[in-house]
This record gives sequence, structure tokens and C-alpha cells, in this order.
Amino acid sequence: MRRSRILAYAGRRLLQAVPLILAVAVLNFLLLQIAPGDAAEVLAGEAGTATPEYMARLREEFGLDQPMHVQLWNMLLRLLQLDLGHSFRHGVPVLELILDRLPATLLLMLTTLGVSVLFGVLLGTLAARGANGVVDAIISVGAMIAYATPVFWIGLMMIVLFSVELRWLPSGGMTTITGDREGLALVADIAWHMILPVTTMSFFFIAIYCRIMRASVLNVMEEDYVTTARAKGLSELAILPRHTMRNALLPIVTLAGLHLSTLLGGSVLIETVFAWPGLGRLTFDAVFQRDLNLLLGILFVCSVLVVLMNLLVDLLYFWIDPRIEVD
Amino acid sequence: MAEADPFLKRFGRNRPAAIGAVLLLAVTAGGLLAPMLSAPDPWAMVARPFLWPGSDPRFPLGTDMLGRDLLAGILHGARVSLLVGLIATAAAAFVGISIGALAGYYGGRIDNLLMRLTELFQIVPPFILAVVLVVILEPSVGTIILAIAAISWPQLARLTRAEVLSIREREYVEAAVSVGMSDRRIIFREILPNAAPPLLVSTSLAVATSILLESSLSFLGLGDPNVMSWGTMVGAGREVLRSAWYVCAVPGVAILVTVLAINLVGEGLNDALDPKRRRR
Repeated sequence: MRRSRILAYAGRRLLQAVPLILAVAVLNFLLLQIAPGDAAEVLAGEAGTATPEYMARLREEFGLDQPMHVQLWNMLLRLLQLDLGHSFRHGVPVLELILDRLPATLLLMLTTLGVSVLFGVLLGTLAARGANGVVDAIISVGAMIAYATPVFWIGLMMIVLFSVELRWLPSGGMTTITGDREGLALVADIAWHMILPVTTMSFFFIAIYCRIMRASVLNVMEEDYVTTARAKGLSELAILPRHTMRNALLPIVTLAGLHLSTLLGGSVLIETVFAWPGLGRLTFDAVFQRDLNLLLGILFVCSVLVVLMNLLVDLLYFWIDPRIEVD
Repeated sequence: MAEADPFLKRFGRNRPAAIGAVLLLAVTAGGLLAPMLSAPDPWAMVARPFLWPGSDPRFPLGTDMLGRDLLAGILHGARVSLLVGLIATAAAAFVGISIGALAGYYGGRIDNLLMRLTELFQIVPPFILAVVLVVILEPSVGTIILAIAAISWPQLARLTRAEVLSIREREYVEAAVSVGMSDRRIIFREILPNAAPPLLVSTSLAVATSILLESSLSFLGLGDPNVMSWGTMVGAGREVLRSAWYVCAVPGVAILVTVLAINLVGEGLNDALDPKRRRR
């Protein structure tokens, strides 16, 4: 019963996502319009590097002689067919490039999110337990500093410390270049390469979740059911996870959902610092080469991704808090 | 002044906020006095390259791979950081508060439309949008400000809308409506002043975020090529990270200190303006 209602809800949410995605497409179109030069020049990358034949083909393909609304309509039709155009620089379709890099970024992002939520919840709970004590002070100051530090800079300093000086961890890449690893060895190798980027990216989010969790736990600890649990003689260790943390977790999940688009943006910096072969690194290369069509494609795909992931987060609510009504 | 007194007292008693204010003043003074405190031109090659910080008293923060004075870079960099942070936030606050107030006050179709718009901006990854904007418009201080403002306003719009929605129901607003005050007057004289504390806090925190965004953009090579910026310095230092990591480290500390100072001041404002919500 509940399951089928949740499925119906998911279906409705997917339908609601359609106008949003269309709006993102229109935004893409507007961005193309404010670029200097006509769309063919923009799409071909730097003017002058494309052959005249290619430019002519682009102009025809995009119907640049047609009125604006026709151009917009054509663009929407192309997007519906998942045709994001061609990257002149790379010589392949934009979508192909993006899908090729997407898994690496998702791996990095979701691991970071998991690590951040885990440590944020633990540290925040710890701080709330010893509110206004020494531990709380240390955690709070640490969070304040982590929140203010540029992520790309932490990354570089981590490389200096752990790769250059201590030589403990690889400074970049996703796998060791030498040796063809397979199976578990490959998984271990990737995990090994993920330690620095994930740690770096997590600092900022741990700081946020830690602060929210601290406030949230302090709130929940005053609730009647926690007092009841205490009165029943349950130990703090039993109360904390079952009664306090589960309820304090909801604001964290909401925030984590909102952070998905922040994480995608942050991956541009992290992947640039750690030479991680994902979407972020692709974005940096596209910036460097002024490959605007690729950039717009990345923006579009990332936006669609955020819509879909937000839907998943909403479904996660029902699992965390069974009291939530499906409406 | 009698009214401001308890506020100043609360703010001053808050030690982190006071530290933040002092740091922020120091950064501002450093930026303003940059040409006097150090070389007038941060691009000038003034000494041997790769002087480590502390090795030559004339260049306390050392020199980079081209023999440029890092202290001069830091001081001049403070200018663009603060400038971009302040103007981008001011623009974002203007747009965000206007839209949020309209949506919250009028509700209905306007609200729906404006909120769909802010929703769109929550879906599109903000940093990537800023990157695309700067690439399209060519990097300059102006386009960087525009891009940062463009991605920062939705948050302030949402907050303003929420505040206005709750204040609109208060009795003094109803009273103003019943005596026939114009909408504009109600929004500007009755509602916005009462919504000011949380908006002020969020706006001041947004300055810190804008500075981080500026440094991130210039780190990626999207800084104004004619202006010395901390992010650009970190980005340039990457080439020599293995041999001379201080070239990256020093400007990063400048970003950290400035952003931290603004956050501390913002938190202090929050505590001083809203004693109820004070940290427990």
C-alpha cells in the first residue's frame, strides 16, 4: 500500500521535473544568445579555428537565419533527442564525452557526500553531547575554519603534505598508470586514489553538517520522548542513536539534497587539483579551450542530474522517517 | 545612540566577532594602503625568484617563481577580493530582496513565477553556471561580479520571501493596510525594516561566499588578467607546488583569514541582533 503510493509519488515528481528541465534548456539557449558572435562561432569554439565548411554546416543545422522562436524550438527538439551537439575540440559528440566522464564524478561526489554526512553527524552529535565544553569548542572552531577555507587550496596543501613530503598517497589521477589491475585490486587502487580528493572535498560539508547536527541534536534532546527514554532508564548510548540521531538526521538529508548541485560545482575545483578524470576536469579543459558547446552540455546534464538526484533524496525521506505521509 | 548600545555591547562581548572585526579591518586597511605598504606594482619582478618567506627581511612573504613580491600580491589582491565580494553581494541583495519581497507580499501568480525562477537556479549547479557566464562574457572584474551576483541572489530571495510572508500576517501590517497605506510604503516602511536582521546576517555571510567564489574562478584561470587576485596567485603557484609550496600556501591563507573574519562578524551580528536564537 505504502510502497505503491510512494511509486505513484515518484511518477508525479518525474512529471513535475519536465518543465524544470525545459527551463534549463531555455536558460542554455539564452546563454548562447548573450555570447558574442553568432551561435555557430560560439559552438565551433574559438572563431577562426573551425573550417568554413564546418561553420556553414553549423549555421544551416541551427537555422540561424530563422526567427528566434524557431531556433529555440529547434534546440528544444534536439535536446529532447539528447543531442547536445558536437565538441569541435574533441571531435566527438558532447553527450558521449559527458557520459564517459560521469561515473568518475558520481563516484567522487557520492563518496564525499557519504563521508561528510557520516563525520558531520558524528562530530555534531559529539559536540552537542558536550555542549559548551572543551570538545564542543574544538569541534566548533574546527568547523568554522573548515567552512572558510577554499577547497582548491586545501587540496593543494594536502598534496604537499601527503604526496610530496610524506609520500603516503598519490597526488592525482584515478588509478596507478603502471600495471593493469583487475577486480579487487583495481577497486583498492581507485579507493587509494580517492582518499585525498574525498577528504579535501569533505571538509567544507562536514563543517556544515556538524553545525546543523549539533543544533538539531540539542533540540531533539529536549523532546518528551527522549526524557521518557531516560526515565525508563535507557543508557545514553541507547538513546542517542535510536531516539535522537534518527530524528536529528532529517535536516541533514534535506541539506544534502540541496548540496548535490554544490558538489557538482565543487568537483570542477577538486578534479582540477587532483587530475581526477571526471566531469569537473572536463569542465576545466572546456574552460581552458573555450569549448562553449561542451560547457553548455555539461551545465545541462548536471542540471538534469540534480533534478533526478533530488527525487531520490525525497524518496529517502520515507525510508528515514516512516511517519512522513505520502501525499 | 541609546538604542544601539545594547547591540554594540552584545557584539563586543562576543570575542570571536571582535576578532573577526579586527581581522577584517586589517585586511581592508592592507588593501587600501597596498601601494604604500609594498611595491606599487604587484606584477613587478623585484628580487631573486623563490625567496622563501622570512629569508629576506625586505620581502617578508618571499618571492614567487618570477621574483615578484608575494606581500605586494597579497595586499593588492585584498582589493579585488573585497571589491568583488562587496559589489557582487550588494547586487545579489538588491535583486534577491526585491524579488523575495514582491513574491512574499503579493503572493499568487507573481509568487509562483518568481519562486519557479529561484527553483531553476537551485537546479542549475551555481558554480558551473558562474564559470559558463564568465567564459561567455570574457573574464574581467565586471563579468566576475555579474556572474557571482547571478548565482547568489536566489538564496536571498527565498529568505526574504519567507520573512515577508510571516511579517505580512502581523497586526501592524494589517493596521497599515486598513488605514490605506500604499503597498510600496507598507513594503518599505513596515515589512522590510522588520525583516532586516536576518537579511543583514545572510547578506554579510554572502560576502564571504562571494570572495570564495571569486578566488575559485580566478584559480581556474577565469580571473581578470589585469588584476592581481589571490585565486590567480594560488593557480599560478601550482606549477611550482613540489619545490616551492609557499607560493600557493601564502595567498590561500589570505583567502582563509578574510573569509573567516567575515563569517565571524556575520555570526556576531546574528547573535547580537537576535538574542533569542543565540548559541546555547
